[in-house]
Amino acid sequence: MNLKEWIFTTDHKRVGVLYLIGSIVAFAVAGIMALLMRAELSTIGPTITGNPTQYNVWLYAHGAVMILGFQIPALTGFFANYCIPLMIGAKDVAFPRVNALSVWLFYVGIILAVLTFFIPDPPDVMWTGYPPYSTMTTGNTAMYSFTVLILGFASIIGGVNFLTTVAYMRAPGLTLNKLNIFVWCTLGAFVLQLIFVPVLGTAVTLISLDKYLGTNFFDPSKGGDVLTYQNLFWFYSHPAVYVIFLPFIGVVYEIIASHAKNMVFNYKMVVYGGIGGIVLLSGEVWVHHLYVSGMADWLRIGQMVTTLMISVPVGLMMIGLIGTLHKGSIAFTTPMMYALGVVFLFLIGGLTGVPLAVPSLTLAVSDTYYVVGHFHYVMAVAGTFAIFGGIYHWFPKVTGKMYNEFWGKVGFWITFVGVNIVFWIMMDIGVKGMPRRYYDYAHFPQFEDAHQWMTLGAGILAVGFAIAILNWILGAINGKPAGDNPWGSPSLEWSTVSPPPHGNWPTPPSVSEDWHPYGFKKA
Amino acid sequence: MHDTLKRVLRGAAAMASGTALAASAQAADATKIANPAASWDHLWHEVIVDITIIGIIFALMTAYFVWKYRRRPGNEVGTSDKLSPASAVGWVVIPVFVFLSIDFYTAANGWVLWNEYRDVPADRLEVKLESGMYSWDYTYPNGVRTQNELIVPAGKPVMLRMTSRDTLHSHYIPDFRVKEDSMPGRVTYLWFNPTKPGEHIVTCAEYCGVMHGYMAGRIIVKAPEEYAAWMKQEETRLAAATAPAEATPAAKPAAKPVKKT
Repeated sequence: MNLKEWIFTTDHKRVGVLYLIGSIVAFAVAGIMALLMRAELSTIGPTITGNPTQYNVWLYAHGAVMILGFQIPALTGFFANYCIPLMIGAKDVAFPRVNALSVWLFYVGIILAVLTFFIPDPPDVMWTGYPPYSTMTTGNTAMYSFTVLILGFASIIGGVNFLTTVAYMRAPGLTLNKLNIFVWCTLGAFVLQLIFVPVLGTAVTLISLDKYLGTNFFDPSKGGDVLTYQNLFWFYSHPAVYVIFLPFIGVVYEIIASHAKNMVFNYKMVVYGGIGGIVLLSGEVWVHHLYVSGMADWLRIGQMVTTLMISVPVGLMMIGLIGTLHKGSIAFTTPMMYALGVVFLFLIGGLTGVPLAVPSLTLAVSDTYYVVGHFHYVMAVAGTFAIFGGIYHWFPKVTGKMYNEFWGKVGFWITFVGVNIVFWIMMDIGVKGMPRRYYDYAHFPQFEDAHQWMTLGAGILAVGFAIAILNWILGAINGKPAGDNPWGSPSLEWSTVSPPPHGNWPTPPSVSEDWHPYGFKKA
Repeated sequence: MHDTLKRVLRGAAAMASGTALAASAQAADATKIANPAASWDHLWHEVIVDITIIGIIFALMTAYFVWKYRRRPGNEVGTSDKLSPASAVGWVVIPVFVFLSIDFYTAANGWVLWNEYRDVPADRLEVKLESGMYSWDYTYPNGVRTQNELIVPAGKPVMLRMTSRDTLHSHYIPDFRVKEDSMPGRVTYLWFNPTKPGEHIVTCAEYCGVMHGYMAGRIIVKAPEEYAAWMKQEETRLAAATAPAEATPAAKPAAKPVKKT
């Protein structure tokens, strides 16, 4: 294998693996930022840096890189690229060269994001980049804008590609009601990306225009409005949560169905009620990020109702997941451990979101560690567990080899303990008043113990993640041969050899009338 | 129980006919000053209990399935069948009904509390707040000014009309369970009800710049007579300083008081 072949590849599997490598690197970088922040917060006053801006840059990089450089590319880049053509029985995506372009753009975005640590005035605007601070700071806001624009563009052309692929390249006999849940989820996510990414692009472009070219979109002293940016930003960034949520819950569905060898519970409910419901509601709830921003009261009340209604499709998807366990044959493999971990973490994260949907309750807990703990449970950690579980699940397909089951489980349990220490404590002190984005908490000395526990927890979870990543690297180098279908799944990606050749199947597959990706009983 | 029912009914009424009705209901029992912080504690507790119950039900069900349907000899493959059309529909309609009921119940209660937070009692102390990097500057109705210390009398609702001279800030008073952003170009408000003398921390809850974590102040609640004495003393001092220092707020950004606590 030579490097040139990989860089200039148009094979969807190699593009996917490139996405995976890039996003794992991004994950490591952003994870180190988190550890640095936790180290800084372990004592009151300066701990490892005396410069608050340094801390704010870590905070910016942690958020922006985890979301834009790790979760979205890992889910809609790696999993979508690798699995969708294989799951629908296609030999590649509809536009392989556009696909290659998207991964190149992704790497440009990652390089820009990493340059944050090497330029003299790195952005310190948080991943949200709210004006007026983002237009006043000496930090490099343009870097933030361009990182977002490039990653956003990569994601848009990816979306066009996959919607076309699923619409036109399904194997003969593969009707829409026989698509894997993961394929449906990813389609939903790409529909959201196509509709909403342009809005984010607009928002961050206007910020840079304001800062560098003297326009006044967000400057009230010259006729602009501060709140406009927040509306534009969250009009994308709330749906972005579902761009992460949908594929990761899709991955969890694949894992649970495969490792419980069971039919997905109430398939049409999951697809049309769950995924469809989320896509429909996702654009009507952004104001819940602006409950204390000074929005009109009627908007806050209106979107309280729509936000609470999100519990309906999400609840249906949880019922689908738990229902798939019912009458299953549950094997406690590493992917299954991660998937069950997601169910647990997502339950906590989802339910702690209920009070946050209510603006009157949010008046107290908004912008505190409670919110930080909540969204780490519901999307950051649950999403990362799903990604890790998914990598373990498709590891035999991607590499043709088997990972080490023992170390896989060890890694899982260490991480699982670590995240609960960090984020449970975080929610607890948040309710008691600890605000977020603080370099120092000198006027909240009562929280020092809690901060030290969280730092310890962060150290623990980092060890767990490191074990998992090492496990993949060692498994890919000298794992035992895994066979083509180690999980005994009828889903199409397991019907070809591992790793699949260029073109995926020697002869294009077709599926019979009674085939179903979750028809384990007949398999 | 009865109390809860009453709250639901009021919430439902509020949802049916908008804030106007709830506002007039509020006006009707104006004899008693609302205490949003106490109502917050009550509703928060209620919602936390609700979600804990739901969470435990789901978690126990999952744990039971995971144990009962574990893979073992004789259970090598899952055995669930495709649902019948009736049960497939039932598994949508019933959960949707249950979830929506919980949603609307929560929304109704949330709205009632919302009205409490937004309807400021007429008999109040109204203070202007201008936030800036990195201080809270209060101006009383009579022109007395304080920085990072808001002194108020116990037993009288306090309303802040807020704006900012630079970036976003959020005036967060954890003890009174309230915050709201302040920003240039718009005026926002919040109110709280200090019932007894004491000190409460004020902290910035919206990322506002490098020293965001240090932007703190205090609310000092004094007994009414102590407050009156303090205010009298400040008024005298203000009169002594006379006119020239008055007015022209934030005319010279260069003279911004940057306070690092």
